[in-house]
Amino acid sequence: MSDALSRDDVAKVARLARLSLSPEELDLFTEQLGQVLEHARDMNSLDLSGVVATAHPFGLTNVVRADVVEPSLDRDAVLAEAPDARDHRFAVPRILGEAP
Amino acid sequence: MRSAAQIAADVRSGASSARAELELSLEVIARRNEELNVFLHVDEAGARAVADAIDEKRSRGEALGPLAGVPIALKDNLCQVGVPTTCSSRILEGWRPPYNATVVDRLLAAGAVPVGKTNLDEFAMGSSTENSAFGPTRNPLDPSRVPGGSSGGSAAAVAAGMTSISLGSDTGGSIRQPAALCGLVGVKPTYGMVSRYGLIAFASSLDQIGPFAHSVADAALVLEVVAGHDPRDSTSLPEPAPALVAHVNDGVAGKKVGLVRELVEGADESVVAAVRAAADALSDAGAEIVELSIPELALTLSAYYLIAPAEASSNLARFDGVRYGLRVDAEDVTAMMEATRTAGFGAEVKRRIMLGTYALSAGYYDAYYGQALKVRTLTIQAFDAAYERVDLLLGATTPGVAFAFGAKTADPMTMYLNDVFTIPTNLAGHPALSVPFGTGEAGLPIGVQLLGPGRSEAQLFAAARVLEIADGRP
Repeated sequence: MSDALSRDDVAKVARLARLSLSPEELDLFTEQLGQVLEHARDMNSLDLSGVVATAHPFGLTNVVRADVVEPSLDRDAVLAEAPDARDHRFAVPRILGEAP
Repeated sequence: MRSAAQIAADVRSGASSARAELELSLEVIARRNEELNVFLHVDEAGARAVADAIDEKRSRGEALGPLAGVPIALKDNLCQVGVPTTCSSRILEGWRPPYNATVVDRLLAAGAVPVGKTNLDEFAMGSSTENSAFGPTRNPLDPSRVPGGSSGGSAAAVAAGMTSISLGSDTGGSIRQPAALCGLVGVKPTYGMVSRYGLIAFASSLDQIGPFAHSVADAALVLEVVAGHDPRDSTSLPEPAPALVAHVNDGVAGKKVGLVRELVEGADESVVAAVRAAADALSDAGAEIVELSIPELALTLSAYYLIAPAEASSNLARFDGVRYGLRVDAEDVTAMMEATRTAGFGAEVKRRIMLGTYALSAGYYDAYYGQALKVRTLTIQAFDAAYERVDLLLGATTPGVAFAFGAKTADPMTMYLNDVFTIPTNLAGHPALSVPFGTGEAGLPIGVQLLGPGRSEAQLFAAARVLEIADGRP
């Protein structure tokens, strides 16, 4: 498998996962995630060439229903639980614009 | 404590009432919840309304369901309309679902009375309930020890006599392990047997909802009520709930049971002895015991701790401060999401999100996630081969009895290793259950595990019932 997990790898993964870590957390997580990945190396003892991957225990295919309109969740009930909603929509801070 | 079946019979006959049963339950909760931290929310008003409606139904002469008037506890990752649902996470604190999980609808239709939501490891990630943002749950049998996890609150509710039954969810052992540590029957059904609609997802290809109970018969009763096809869950099996209660006393005469070396290896001496004694009890009841080895099972822990975090990293992407739960305000939307997730998730959840994100990232996907999915295939093939030789498998549920707080929190791997006997079942999508059998250190209960191929629940309950009788619970 790949080389040991680096602190930079962990910092990159945190950015991808939208998490910000303190320098201490970065050190700790680098060590702890490294341990789990190290343990995973025991899978290297197997010859897995020719083995098909299983993403799902029973190999389901897509399930479709008839294209009939059915009632769904009440819009106002859903929006009432949102941190911010305006004009029947979820409201969020600025998405586009000048970089801060 | 009276069984759920007895409570329902008494409510149906008029010997008791749903309201009286609920008040008994609320009384125990009021007396013990502060010490044990079992319920994160007790829905007294809602439960009283449900109970009163059942009693009115009876007074009108209408038929009552199989769980009429039985108070039940729900793990706090199951949605119930208007009842706070947190997954034991700050990121969902205060959120009230606008819909019911299918299991909640089915419980209500059967006459059960949901009393409240129980503590868990945050987003069901853990084996001790120590990862809850709202503090750990204590084991009612010894409050200096953990109840297990992640469904620790649901196990403790039943062990403390707050309710006779509860629901949990099991992704890698989260029902069977706390059942073992709290001296209960706990069942992980066949994948797809119970609808996951309204269960907040951790690892979608592994998660299943299942019951806790004091007895095998009660566990079968609850599973029969919540199982069966649901069009709202695309992974739901396309068939109605199987008959389970009717087969509880079928016994094991003529069955072949495999005692699996890899499912006892490394366990405490008392646990190994309990599993051997369980094999003897099954043999006395007419089963043939076959000792066998499934070497592939030793590798499932590694595969699980890549697959489950990978799915979690994707499932938990939805908690971004936009549609529900916590939002920490910031300049722009990306900073808001990052601030919200950083403040809202605990350390173990962050660890697993990062592990999963890494395992799925470009350059590492084949080496980690891809390998793990192939090990999953090998696991399924190995189980299939075993089930050509035997009907059921027997092993330990956990390596030891309930452990002390802090005993396994030093590094994540130590805690993960506690799940080594329960994980293979989830990867295979098969059913398994834990049933109390004997005691170990400090007189604490030991759980033995019975495993079977897909849809073998009725056989598992019948075998568990044999062990229950042999262990002195006729």
